[in-house]
Amino acid sequence: MNPSSPWRRAGARVRESRFWPMLWKEFIQMRRDKLTLGMMTVLPAIQLMLFGYAIQTDVRHVPTVVLDESRSAESRALAQTLANTDVFTIVGDVADMNAVRDAIEGGRAGAALIIPPDYHRHIARGTPAPAQLIVDAADPQSSAAALSGAQLAAQARGIALTTARLGGRSFVLPVELRVRPWYNPAQRSAIFIVPGVIGVLLTITMTLITSTAIVRERERGTLEQLIVTPIDKPSLMLGKLVPFMLVGYVQMTVVMGLGRLIFDIPILGSLPLLYLLTAPFIVASLGVGLLISTIARSQAQAMQLGFFFMLPNILLSGYIFPRAAMPEPAQWIGALLPLTFFLKILRGVLLKGIGFEHLWKETAVLILFAAVLVSVSVRRFSKTIE
Amino acid sequence: MHAVNGPAVETVGLRKEFGAIVAVEGLDLVIPRGQVFGLLGPNGSGKTTTIRMLCGLMQPTAGSARVVGHDVVTEPESIRRKIGYMSQRYGLYDDLTVYENLRFYSTVYGLHGSARTARLEAHIAELGFEERRDQLAGTLSGGWKQRLALACATAHDPEMLFLDEPTAGVDPAARRKFWETIYELAQKGTTILVTTHYMDEAERCERLAFLSRGHLIGVGTPDEITRQFNQPTIEDVFIMLQQQDEVRA
Repeated sequence: MNPSSPWRRAGARVRESRFWPMLWKEFIQMRRDKLTLGMMTVLPAIQLMLFGYAIQTDVRHVPTVVLDESRSAESRALAQTLANTDVFTIVGDVADMNAVRDAIEGGRAGAALIIPPDYHRHIARGTPAPAQLIVDAADPQSSAAALSGAQLAAQARGIALTTARLGGRSFVLPVELRVRPWYNPAQRSAIFIVPGVIGVLLTITMTLITSTAIVRERERGTLEQLIVTPIDKPSLMLGKLVPFMLVGYVQMTVVMGLGRLIFDIPILGSLPLLYLLTAPFIVASLGVGLLISTIARSQAQAMQLGFFFMLPNILLSGYIFPRAAMPEPAQWIGALLPLTFFLKILRGVLLKGIGFEHLWKETAVLILFAAVLVSVSVRRFSKTIE
Repeated sequence: MHAVNGPAVETVGLRKEFGAIVAVEGLDLVIPRGQVFGLLGPNGSGKTTTIRMLCGLMQPTAGSARVVGHDVVTEPESIRRKIGYMSQRYGLYDDLTVYENLRFYSTVYGLHGSARTARLEAHIAELGFEERRDQLAGTLSGGWKQRLALACATAHDPEMLFLDEPTAGVDPAARRKFWETIYELAQKGTTILVTTHYMDEAERCERLAFLSRGHLIGVGTPDEITRQFNQPTIEDVFIMLQQQDEVRA
């Protein structure tokens, strides 16, 4: 082969790029840094357990006391219907309204069923039988669940009574709207949360660890030594980034594996597609970390900036709270976070099994984020120490 | 061994401000090639700032400087290929071994393949690092760290070497050994700019420049300097300058 062929020259340029020694050094340092290694593997596991188990937006088993002044078969049937919804768990009977107040104020009960003395008489006469459900609505999320649970119980009881009155002939409601929850039929919040944990963890690791890694070199004085060498800025920064990309993929695999084992998270779509579409998100998050490292002067500052960035990610990306419920300005801020788009990809591929034809928009936005963030931080990074 | 055209360092009216503070002012300095040149002055006199500007680590506020034939503002990358720099903090990776530090810096300086291997082995043998090649740099004593830092800074046979207080906190035996290496490098034609607080080291330099509060106040051989300030030794010159500083401050 012609020794000066353009291919061979290009090959030599790649081989002699200063990116390789940087990459080599970063891998050795990462291998020796037990704390970072631990953070890479233990942190995802802890986060998964924490978020997977703790974040339960579906309210079940609200402790409920019963004040039954009717003391009849009908009143007991009503309480039983309420308990059957699974939203309420009967924890005891109380004697009067003072006891109801006590139970709710003391936190022993989140709801109270009050059945007046004439309840069974109304039913016997066929007039509307009133009963009352008091709900502790200080927490709107659980009270909303209690309200719908109560309606469900009343409806069920009403149908049962009407059927009995009609002498056992089956009774049909004029309109029946059936709700079919697709993708998460049991409506378990873990199914919704665990894919989100992957995105949140990647955001934390990629931004925090990258930014502190570069600032640490600055603090230890090795950056000063490094920038008097002929190393070019892209080699220096990419050499730092690429090892973290690998870390990101390891974390993602750990969380997904554990999520499948412990929370039975479905993986309906194509895993290779998911791994591919994760790349622009990881690079965008690393870009945020790089940007922080060009602003922060100390590791403590980098940490603070990193946490400052984390907050909107957790609150506004749609990780826990649906974006559709947010006021418009909050939605705009959410649209500036790579995580917002990555969550759609994660949930889309894992839970719905959808393909690239439905995710190309999100992917394009992530690629844009990645390109802008990395090029801005490479430009901002200066080979001086001022 | 290196191309000799023009001085190693030539500055004209070099100036550096940090906000309202003027760290270096109107510095005109010429360092001929192949010399061991000492830069002296009390703390805060602008020695480190000067070195950092010459290495391209800091942008001068005004004035110009050429180092090994290149302009510090417009051609910093050409300078970086030809110089070595050892900071006060050495800049070694504590979590890499002796060998890994050397290998990293020599590769970053553009050495590859068999040339790099040969250079690395030679360096390790010259410096007596055979038994410590797999020791983590962070566990080395001060003297060994300094020798390793020098080896890393000279991995690419630089034309010029900048040493910023290279012997601070190192025992006398290691200091002597260090200076032997410096002289060997100078004999091979390397220009060396060194800052120091040790007056015995200052007297070993071929020429000296004295900085005081950012100004160059004297350049010459150690003999010329003592005559210029009418003092018996360099140390007396130094103490006299420091006292003048304190009176003014």
